[in-house]
Amino acid sequence: MNAEPTAPELREVAGPSALGGGRSRFFELLWLMSVTEFKKTFFGTALGYLWSLVRPLMLFAVLLLVFTQIFKVGSQVPHYPVLLLFNIVLFGLFQEGTGGAVSSVLAQEGIVRKTQFPRLVIPLAVVLTAFFTFCLNMVVVFAFMLGFGVTPMWTWLLFPLILLPLLVFTCALAMLLSALNVRFRDVAIIWTVIALALNYATPIIYPLKIVPEGFLKQALLANPLTPIFQQARVWMIDPGAYSPFTIASSPWPLIVAALIYVTVCVLGVWVFNREAPRIAEQL
Amino acid sequence: MSAPVAIEVSGVDKTFRIPTHRVDSLKERLTTFNQQDFRELHALRDISFEVERGEFFGIVGRNGSGKSTLLKILASIYAADGGRVRMAGRLAPFIELGVGFNPELTARENVELNGVMMGLTRRDARSRLAAVLEFAELEEFVDLKIKNYSSGMLVRLAFSVMIQSDAEILLIDEVLAVGDASFQQKCADVFHEIRDSERTVVFVTHDMSAVEQYCHRAMLLHDGDIKTIGDSGEVARSYLRLNFEQAPSGADADMGGVADITLADVWLEDRDGERITNVEKGSELRFGAALEAHREVEGPSFGFAFTNADGVEVTGFGLGLPKDVPDRLEAGQRVRLSGELENRLAPGRYVVKCWIHRDHNYANLVLHSPQVLDFVVFGKDGAGVVSLDHEVTASVEGA
Repeated sequence: MNAEPTAPELREVAGPSALGGGRSRFFELLWLMSVTEFKKTFFGTALGYLWSLVRPLMLFAVLLLVFTQIFKVGSQVPHYPVLLLFNIVLFGLFQEGTGGAVSSVLAQEGIVRKTQFPRLVIPLAVVLTAFFTFCLNMVVVFAFMLGFGVTPMWTWLLFPLILLPLLVFTCALAMLLSALNVRFRDVAIIWTVIALALNYATPIIYPLKIVPEGFLKQALLANPLTPIFQQARVWMIDPGAYSPFTIASSPWPLIVAALIYVTVCVLGVWVFNREAPRIAEQL
Repeated sequence: MSAPVAIEVSGVDKTFRIPTHRVDSLKERLTTFNQQDFRELHALRDISFEVERGEFFGIVGRNGSGKSTLLKILASIYAADGGRVRMAGRLAPFIELGVGFNPELTARENVELNGVMMGLTRRDARSRLAAVLEFAELEEFVDLKIKNYSSGMLVRLAFSVMIQSDAEILLIDEVLAVGDASFQQKCADVFHEIRDSERTVVFVTHDMSAVEQYCHRAMLLHDGDIKTIGDSGEVARSYLRLNFEQAPSGADADMGGVADITLADVWLEDRDGERITNVEKGSELRFGAALEAHREVEGPSFGFAFTNADGVEVTGFGLGLPKDVPDRLEAGQRVRLSGELENRLAPGRYVVKCWIHRDHNYANLVLHSPQVLDFVVFGKDGAGVVSLDHEVTASVEGA
């Protein structure tokens, strides 16, 4: 008997991988998992989605009190309260994305070990979920910006140029951390400390200007997040602030920052790709 | 070649490295330079086989034989170390019922999520919802979060998601017979339907009656090798044999020394005198045994007991020599037992034990064999230990 013409061809099964299973499936799964996770975070709470707005506002109130009334950091900074809120929300995207991704593959152990699907969806869904929260938060931020008298500028249109590198960096770290955490469970613990350190190593609650010249400032500028946040400040809130290029006395710290950025991205993709086929066995 | 090949597995190897002391933390990794700290577990060795399109293919084996590893390689959950797997058509793996079900979501959302995970588009996943719910008989609960489902409702939903998957190839691991009796019947019907359809099924199970019932062909894995492949009845028998080979004592074992009487043969046969190891539920069953005395035995009595897979002694009988002969066996004499059994056994696997005593005294054990025979009763509706004939009717009273 001959094979019927309708019979599908024999095709090689590639095994588990980071991507794999078709692009549309990847994006649909990514979208569904993120939306599900986003819904879940606030489900069952009395305020529901409002929490995603209330939470940064409360944090903002505390920091505002501390840094304007006690430390008086913000007194000479134009629009300091809005800048603080903006920075907190922006860093929140990075922190939630990476912090959530670290243990994401472990947390999804059940489906990783029992179903075949592109592994990359797991950490990226965490970042996308954080991005949803971020978008909601930005509504509050823009309202405050207008309320506190920040004049709308054409440079607001450049915001995607801030977001894109930040998102790419967050995704790369999410991939790196989630893959490494399968092998070394300490990664999750170490990362909470590193994320806190990065929080202070990025000009969020203080302006870069007040940091004394010298090694410390060079080190802060070598943090890949610093140029992103500094440029965001210039474009979004305070056009009079120094751009990261003018504030750096030498180009070296920025070159180091760029190198770190690229290394993390390459490492993230490489490590995740390498680990993806074996993740199910190592859980 | 009668039908096109749906799954082609050639030379698949899989080894797990099991650390004797698992290095889970960075510090241990940094301080442990000795890489010899693991042992290798060869889960699969050079496995090659083909499954034809439309075939219902069983994979059986003891725990740790590698069958689940093989299924996970077919499902692209594990990567094989060597060899290759080729498939024709889309595959839906069901390693466990309801994987990826999120308790916080409703049935509607879960069916969609599960569908996408199995490779459907969202639109297709959503259009499947009605059929899934109808089969599961859960239409009213579509918007209930599944954490509020009873466990029965949950397995029905999960099973239904599996059944309604339109993939050409299904991988199913031990997920038969869920829910109450009527739902089980429904599942059995669907399996029969799939069996006769164009869809290809790879089915991993411990349940030999299911293998014989559904599978066209089967394969027995043992320690990572293919031990038997072919006719499902034969595979089921060699699985049972394999299980009993490794039992602590076989049919020839006795209570030390040479037994005064040995059991030369024991069997079951059907109405036509054919020896069988599989019996359909309710069908006529004949029992036969041949014994041989090696020494003189005064007042012998023979006992047989039938134990089901749960170790419950379902039935048994004992007898002595007939009245018209001397109640004594001389060395070299043979005894033949035969007769009919009323077959009320529920579907399942049974083991027959044998005891022989002298002087009609249970204290004087001549021979005790825990497993002289094993057989499977197959058929639908396997609830309970026995199947009793019943004539129960309903009548309405009052008003």
